[in-house]
Amino acid sequence: MYKLAKLANVTLFVATSFLMLGSASAQNSSVRFPGIGRDATPAEVSAWDIDVRPDFKGLPKGSGSVEKGQQLWEAKCSVCHGTFGESNEIFTPIIGGTTADDIKTGRVASLSDRKQPQRTTIMKVATVSSLWDYIYRAMPWNAPRSLTPDDTFALVAYLLSLAEVVPDDFVLSDANIAEVQKRMPNRNGMTLKHGLWSSKGNPDVHATACMTNCVQFVQIGSELPAYARNAHGNIAEQNRQYGPFRGSDSTKPPLTKLPGASAEGLAHASETHAAGKGPAALFKSENCAACHAMSGKLVGPSVTDIAAKYQGQAGALDRLMAKVKNGGSGVWGSIPMPAQSQLSEEDRKALVTWVLSGGK
Amino acid sequence: MADQKRRGQIKQAPENFVSQDLIADLNQNGMDDTRRGFMRSGFMAAIGGAVGLGSSLNVLAAGEGDPAILEKQVWQTTLGKNVATMPYGTPSIYEANLIRRESPGLTRVSAASVAFTPLQGLFGIITPNGLHFERQHQGWYNVDPEKHRLMVNGLVKHNRVFTMNDLMRLPSVSRIHFIECGANTGLEWGNVAVPTVQYTHGMLSCCEFTGVPLAVLLEECGADLKKGKYLLAEGGDGSGMTRTINLEDVLNEAIVAWGMNGEMLRPENGFPLRLVVPGVQGVSWVKWLRRLEVGDMPYATKDEAVHYNDLMPDGMARQYTSIQECKSVITTPSGGQQLLDKGFYNVSGLAWSGRGKIKRVDVSFDGGNNWKTARLETPILSKALTRFNIDWVWDGSPVILQSRAIDDTGYVQPPIKMLRDVRGTRSIYHNNAIQSWKVDSNGEVSNVQVG
Repeated sequence: MYKLAKLANVTLFVATSFLMLGSASAQNSSVRFPGIGRDATPAEVSAWDIDVRPDFKGLPKGSGSVEKGQQLWEAKCSVCHGTFGESNEIFTPIIGGTTADDIKTGRVASLSDRKQPQRTTIMKVATVSSLWDYIYRAMPWNAPRSLTPDDTFALVAYLLSLAEVVPDDFVLSDANIAEVQKRMPNRNGMTLKHGLWSSKGNPDVHATACMTNCVQFVQIGSELPAYARNAHGNIAEQNRQYGPFRGSDSTKPPLTKLPGASAEGLAHASETHAAGKGPAALFKSENCAACHAMSGKLVGPSVTDIAAKYQGQAGALDRLMAKVKNGGSGVWGSIPMPAQSQLSEEDRKALVTWVLSGGK
Repeated sequence: MADQKRRGQIKQAPENFVSQDLIADLNQNGMDDTRRGFMRSGFMAAIGGAVGLGSSLNVLAAGEGDPAILEKQVWQTTLGKNVATMPYGTPSIYEANLIRRESPGLTRVSAASVAFTPLQGLFGIITPNGLHFERQHQGWYNVDPEKHRLMVNGLVKHNRVFTMNDLMRLPSVSRIHFIECGANTGLEWGNVAVPTVQYTHGMLSCCEFTGVPLAVLLEECGADLKKGKYLLAEGGDGSGMTRTINLEDVLNEAIVAWGMNGEMLRPENGFPLRLVVPGVQGVSWVKWLRRLEVGDMPYATKDEAVHYNDLMPDGMARQYTSIQECKSVITTPSGGQQLLDKGFYNVSGLAWSGRGKIKRVDVSFDGGNNWKTARLETPILSKALTRFNIDWVWDGSPVILQSRAIDDTGYVQPPIKMLRDVRGTRSIYHNNAIQSWKVDSNGEVSNVQVG
C-alpha cells in the first residue's frame, strides 16, 4: 500500500540492508532450516521498519509547521484530546504541567509535587522521538497509519508549541529535531539506576522473613470506604454461589452474623445468572462502546444524545439502521462512523431500537 | 434452565408429593413405619421445595436424610445430552459468575483497557484460556493467520520473513510461565482501592506456551548479539505496539509463541503469534508479533517513555523497569468473599517471581505478627505461578490473613510500607507488596492494608 512512498525516502539504514541483501542474494539463506523463511525485500523492510529511536535513527526526511499541525489536530485529534491537548475526557491529558524553567533544567518540577493532579504526556516524556514514533505508528486512534511523515512533523510541532517548547511559527523537521530534543522539559527525568531492567538486577528493598513476634501492634492503615462497597458491582455475583468461598452481597450492608452451613440469606447456585445477552451486551461486544458512551460524547455521540435527537421522528429506525450498516458522517462531527456490515439484520434492528429508546 | 426448575426436591404440587410407585405400594401392602417415613420425607421435601432450595438442611434435621441422596435427581433418571452438544466445551452454567471483568472507571474506552482474571475462583497454576487477563491498547482483532508475517531485521546478517507455515515447522518448546502486567496491584499504591483479588491481582495469568525459542530464530537470521543487546518487538495491531527487550537477560528463555495451553493463542491474547518473555511484565509480551529488530540501544517507545515507568518521590522516573519481583497473594479466602461458618478451611494462594523459582511461602493469620510456612504444590517452576496451601481452623474471631513469598535468590516479598519508604505512592507499576485480607466475625473478607 505505502511501499512506494516508503521507497522514496529510503534511509541510510535501509540502504545498508539492501547492500547486505545484494551480497546474500539467495532467497533462502538458511543452513540449519532449509525451506523455512525467506529474505525480506528492501520494500518490505521499509514498509514495516518505521520505528524512530531516541538518536533519530529511522526518522524519515520531512517537515511540518505548527500552523499545519493545528489544522490537522483540529480535524483528527481534538475530538479525543481537546483543542489544546488538555482534555481528560477520554485519555489522560497530553499538555500541561510544564514551565519555562523545566525547559531550562530538563526536569519537570511538578513531577515531584504530590499535589499535581495529573501527569500529562509532556510532563513525562523525555524523548521527542517517542512522540514522533507513536503518533506516526498509531494515531489517530480509529485510523492508525493514516498520517504522512510531514503530517507527523506538523502535529509534533503543534503539541510542542502548546507546551512552549517551540514558538508558534516553528517548522519542525528532521534537520532541527535534535535541537528541539535539547529543550524537552523532562529530558533529564529518566533514570536507569534500578534493579528491574535485568533479572540479575539488585532489588531496592530487603525484607526479612521474621517468623514470630514480628509486629508489636498490628494496625489497619487503609480499608475500602463503605461508600465503595458496591462500586465494582455485586461481589456475590462474582464468586461461586456454592462451595466454601461465596461472595458477599455488596448491594446490602454486611451480615450481622455468620450465615452458617446452610448459607442462610445468601444467593444460591441455581440463581447464577448467565452472561448478559440482548442489545446492551451487543453494544459492547460489537464495539459500539469503543466510540459511543451511554451519556457524554466520546468519539461519537452518546446513546442519550442520539435518542433525544431522533425522538418522535418517523422513519428514524430505518434511517439509523441504514446508517449503521453503511456508515455515515457529518451529522455529529468530522469523524465518520465506519460501516458495521458484520451485524445481522436482527442484531442491527435490536441495537438501533435500543439506542433510540435511550438504552432502556 | 428446565433442568434447574426440575432439580432438587421440588414437586409439582402438594398433592403430588407421594410418588405413584408409593401409592401403588400402599394400596397393595398398607402403611407401616418404613412407608410412613417415605411419606414424611416426601412431604417435607415438598415443603422444602416450596420454601427454597437453601432449606434442604432443615429437611435433613426433620426427616430421614438428605433429599439430595434420598431422592432421585433428574440427572440420575433421564437421558443426558449427546456428545458434541457443545462442540467447543464451555464451563458449567453454575460457573457463570467467574468471568473476566473490567474495573469500573479505570479507563474511558474499552478498546484501551483491562479485563481482570477471576483469581478468586481458580485452582492450581494454569489459567484457563477464556479467563486469561486482557490488556488492549487499541482493541483486538482476529488476525488472519495466512496473512500474518514475522520479519526479523536490524543487526542481522539476513533480514528475514517467516509465515506461520514456516514458524510452526521450526523446533518448538512448551513451557509454563506466568504473565503479570506491570501495573498489577497498581491501584493499591496509596491506599486500598478495590474490593477483590480479581481487581487487586487479576492482571496475572499462567499458561503453557508453545513456540520456537527466540534464540533459535535470531541465530537463524545471523543476529549480531555482541553489538545487538536490545530487541525491539513490534505488534501487528493498530497500536503497532512496541517494546524494547533486554536480550542479554532473556535471550535464552524468550519464546516466539503460537500455542497457549494446548491450543492456538486466543485472539485477545495475540493470535496467531506473541512474544513470551518469562519474568518480564506483560506489556513486553508483544501480541500479534510481526517484527523483531535487533539494535544497539533502547528504543524509548511510547510504552517505555510515557507509561510503564516508575515515578519516584524525587520526580525521577525509573525507565525500562521490566522484571516482576517476587510476589504472592491468598486467593481463597480473599476480599469480598463470605465464609459460611467457623471450622476448617484450606487457605490457598499463588506465588511467583520474575527472578526464578519460589522457595518458600509463609502465611500469617494475625496481620503479620506470626507466620507459618505453607505447603508448596508441584510443579514448582521458574517464572511460573506456584500454588501454596495451608490448613486453618477458624474460631470465628476477626483475623488478618497475609502471605509472604521468598524466591530462590533469597528475596523476601516486602510489606507495603517498605516499598513506599523507597518508592513513594505514585509509581503505579511493580507493586509486589504483601496483601492483607481481613476476616470479620460475620465471615466477610475485605481488603485492608496494615502498618
